[in-house]
Amino acid sequence: MSEITRLIIVAVGGQGNLLSSSVLGEAALLAGIPLRMSEIHGMAQRGGVVESALVFGNAQSTIISDGEADVLLGFEPSETLRALNKCNARTVVITNLSPLPPFTVAIGKGVYPDIAELQQIIRAKTARLIALNAVDLAKTAGNVLSVNMVLLGALIQTGILPVTADHVKQAIRTKTKAAFVDINTRAFDLGFETASRQ
Amino acid sequence: MHKLLTDQPGATMVLLGNEAITRGAIEAGVAVATTYPGTPSSEISLNFFQISQESSLYFEYSTNEKVALEVAAATANSGVRSMCVMKHVGLNVAADALMTLAYVGVKGGLVIITADDPFMFSSQNEQDNRYYGKLSGLPILEPSSVEEAKNMIPYAFELSESLQEPVIFRTTTRINHSTAPVTLGAIRDRVCKGDFTKDPFNYVTVPAVSRKLHVKLLANLDKAAELSETSPYNFVSGSGVWGIVCNGVSFAYLCDALRDLGIQDKVKLLRIGFSHPMPSKLIKGFLGSCEKVLVVEEGEPYMEEAVKAFAQEAGLTLPINGKSQQDAGSTFGKDLFWRPGFSRLYEFNPRLVRQVVAAYFGVPCKVEPMVDLSNVPEIPQRPPNLCAGCSHRATFYEVKKAAEGLSTIYPTDIGCYTLGFLPPLSMGDFLICMGSSAGTSCGFSKVTDKKVVSFIGDSTFFHSGIPGLVNAVFNNHNFTLVILDNGITAMTGHQPNPGVDMGLMNLQGYGQISIEAVVRALGVPHIAIIQPYKVKKSIETLREAFNFKGVSVVIAQEMCTLYAKGFKKTKSRSYYISDKCQNHRDCISQLACPAFFLDAEKVKIDPVMCSGCAVCAQVCPENAILPIKA
Repeated sequence: MSEITRLIIVAVGGQGNLLSSSVLGEAALLAGIPLRMSEIHGMAQRGGVVESALVFGNAQSTIISDGEADVLLGFEPSETLRALNKCNARTVVITNLSPLPPFTVAIGKGVYPDIAELQQIIRAKTARLIALNAVDLAKTAGNVLSVNMVLLGALIQTGILPVTADHVKQAIRTKTKAAFVDINTRAFDLGFETASRQ
Repeated sequence: MHKLLTDQPGATMVLLGNEAITRGAIEAGVAVATTYPGTPSSEISLNFFQISQESSLYFEYSTNEKVALEVAAATANSGVRSMCVMKHVGLNVAADALMTLAYVGVKGGLVIITADDPFMFSSQNEQDNRYYGKLSGLPILEPSSVEEAKNMIPYAFELSESLQEPVIFRTTTRINHSTAPVTLGAIRDRVCKGDFTKDPFNYVTVPAVSRKLHVKLLANLDKAAELSETSPYNFVSGSGVWGIVCNGVSFAYLCDALRDLGIQDKVKLLRIGFSHPMPSKLIKGFLGSCEKVLVVEEGEPYMEEAVKAFAQEAGLTLPINGKSQQDAGSTFGKDLFWRPGFSRLYEFNPRLVRQVVAAYFGVPCKVEPMVDLSNVPEIPQRPPNLCAGCSHRATFYEVKKAAEGLSTIYPTDIGCYTLGFLPPLSMGDFLICMGSSAGTSCGFSKVTDKKVVSFIGDSTFFHSGIPGLVNAVFNNHNFTLVILDNGITAMTGHQPNPGVDMGLMNLQGYGQISIEAVVRALGVPHIAIIQPYKVKKSIETLREAFNFKGVSVVIAQEMCTLYAKGFKKTKSRSYYISDKCQNHRDCISQLACPAFFLDAEKVKIDPVMCSGCAVCAQVCPENAILPIKA
C-alpha cells in the first residue's frame, strides 16, 4: 500500500477546506499523480462538519476507513480530535489550534476540550503532531480567510503527499482569486516554515 | 461558457460525480431535463439549470418528482432525449407515473436518475431503488466510479431508445459526491423539437390498452435481459476459482482489497453495471467456474437473491453468500474489526470489504490497529443549526410562546426547519416524508385532544403539502398549519420553487404563485400572515389562530437570511449585549442563535455572524441587547 497516500481533511463549514481540496486536486494533476476525492458536506452552511477524503496514487476507492489515514489535517482543534478514529500509530496529524467552539458549548451541552491536553493525546497516539495557530498566521499573511492556505503549507512541509510546494503554489495561482494570490502564497509559506520548525 | 459544455473530446477534467453525470447527458445530446432537487442529486440539476441559461437545453425545477417525470414522459414520447433527476425517495413520489410509463414506453431516450443515499447522510431512509427495476420492469444501470458515470449516460440513452423504454440510472452518494479526472467525449447535437404522433390505443392506458401494453413490456424485458447478457457494463475481470459478484462503489473497494490482500490471481470479479434484468446466463457461467462465491453489494441483498436463484436453476450447489451470515460457515463473520460480515445497514468502506473478503476466503488480512480512543475526552457535538438570523427560529419561538399552557403536537416537514426539532427549540414531533405535516395533522387532531400545530416550508407546500390541506378543509379537521415561507428552496441550496420571485435571479418568463392566494382559494376558514421578526405581534396572531376551531393557516413571511445576503448591498446593523445584561440567558436558552457565544460566563454576540434580525433584542427581559451604533 506504500504507493498510496490517504489524507483526511476535517473542518467546520465556512473554513475554506473545499478550496484547499480543490487546490490539492489541481496540484496532483500538475504532478501527474492520480487523485480521487470524496466529500461529505451535507449541512456545511448550517455550521456542520465538512469531511474530505483524498486518496493519492493508484487506488480506486474514494473514501478512507477508520484507522487508515496516513495524514489527518484538522482545521479546528476539537474536530481534529473527533477525527482521531481515522488514525493509526503511523498517522501524521496537522491541526489548527484556534478553536471554533460548537454552539452546544454555549448552551451548556458540552465542554470544549482543553487545548494542551488535546495536543498531548494526539501526540501520544500518532507518529507526529504539527500544531499551529493558523488564524494568527493567516492574519500575518494579510487575510484571516487564508487559514486554509496556511494549513496547506504545513501539510506539504511533512513531505508525505506526492506533490511539491511548487505544484501547490502553481495550483494556488490558478484556483484562488487573482486578488488573493499573493496573500495566499504568503500564507502557504508561513504554514510551511512554521511546520518545519516543529 | 459553462465548463461542462467544453467541446474538447479527449481532454481531461476533474469532475464531481454529479458534474460527470450532467456532462454525460450533454454528450448524449439531452434536450430536456426536469427535476425536483434532493441531496445527493442536487448538483446534477444545478448544472443543468446553469447550462439552460446559455444553451438550447430546456431545464425546469418541477413542482415535485411526479410532475418532473410526467413532463419528461411527454417530451420523450415526442421523440426528444430527456432526463429526469431526483433523489431515491423522489422516485416514490414519481412511482405512480413510472409504473404505467413503463407500459407506454418512450420514443426518444428517457433516463431517470435516482440518487440513493446509503447511511442516510441527508435522507429520511436508505431504501434500495434497484427494486424499482423489478417492480416496474425497467432496465437499471449502476456506475462504479465518477468516470464510468459519465460514460454510462450516453449508453443509457441508447439503451432507452433501442428498448423504447425509460432507463433507471441508479447512483449512490459516494458516486454523486466523489471527484475524479474524467476524459471528455464528443458532444452529440442537441435536438430540441419533436413531434407527437397520435396513437390512443397505445397511449391511453384504459384497461383494454394496458392488457396489451403489459405484454409489450414483458417482451421488452426479455429483450433487455438479452442486452444485459452482452452489455459491456457486466464484465468479468481476473481469474481464479473464488468468485465475487459486485456492483456500484463496492467494485472500487474490491479492486483495492484484492491487491492489498495479494489474491488478484485467486479471485475473479463479476461486476454488474446493468443490474436489471440480471444477466442470468453470464451469472450461471460465472458460478459454474467458481468453487465459492461472495456477493458484495450495499443495501438490500438484491443481487444475492438473484444469484442464488440462478444457481438453483443451474443445479449448482457451491457456497454463495453476501448478507445471510447465519449459514456462512465457521470462519466467515468472526474476528472482524468492525461489523461481522456485510449488513443491509449503511454504507460499505474499503476496510470492511477487505476484511470480509479475507474472512470469507480464509486468507490473512493485516489490520492496522486504529488508535485507542478510550481516554479521549468527550467532544461537544456539532449538529447543524439554523443560521444566525434565520426567521424559522423566530417563528418557532413565537409558536412556543403562543402555545404556552396548551398541550401540543408539532408535526413537521422536510427542509431547513426540520432542524427546529433539536433542543432548545424542540419544535418537531413527527415526520415521515415530504408533505406529511398537513396529512398527519389531520390524524393527530382527530384522535387526540391535543392542539396540533404543524410546520411546512414553501417548496414542500407546493411539492405535496397542498393535498393534505385540501383534505383538512374538506373533512373539517382542527389544527393550525404554519407555512414557513422564506421565498426559496433553502435546504438543498437555494433552488427556485413556484412561489419564488425569479426576477431576483434576473430570470424572466416565469410565473409566481402566491401561497396566500392558494390557501384562500382552498377555503381555509382562518388565515393570517406574520412577519416573524416582529415577535410580539406574531405571538398575538398565532394565539388567535390556535384559538380557532377548525383549520387555520398562518403564513410566516421572511426571506431566507442566507439567500438574502446575496441581494443586500449593506448588512443590517449588528447587535451587542450591553451592561444591562443580568445573565438570564433567555437569548441562548430559548433562541440558541449561533451568533451567541460565552466569554467569561457572559453572553456575547459575534458581530460578523449577527444578521441584525433583532429577534433576541425583543426576547431579552432586560432590553439589554442593542444595535451597534454606526
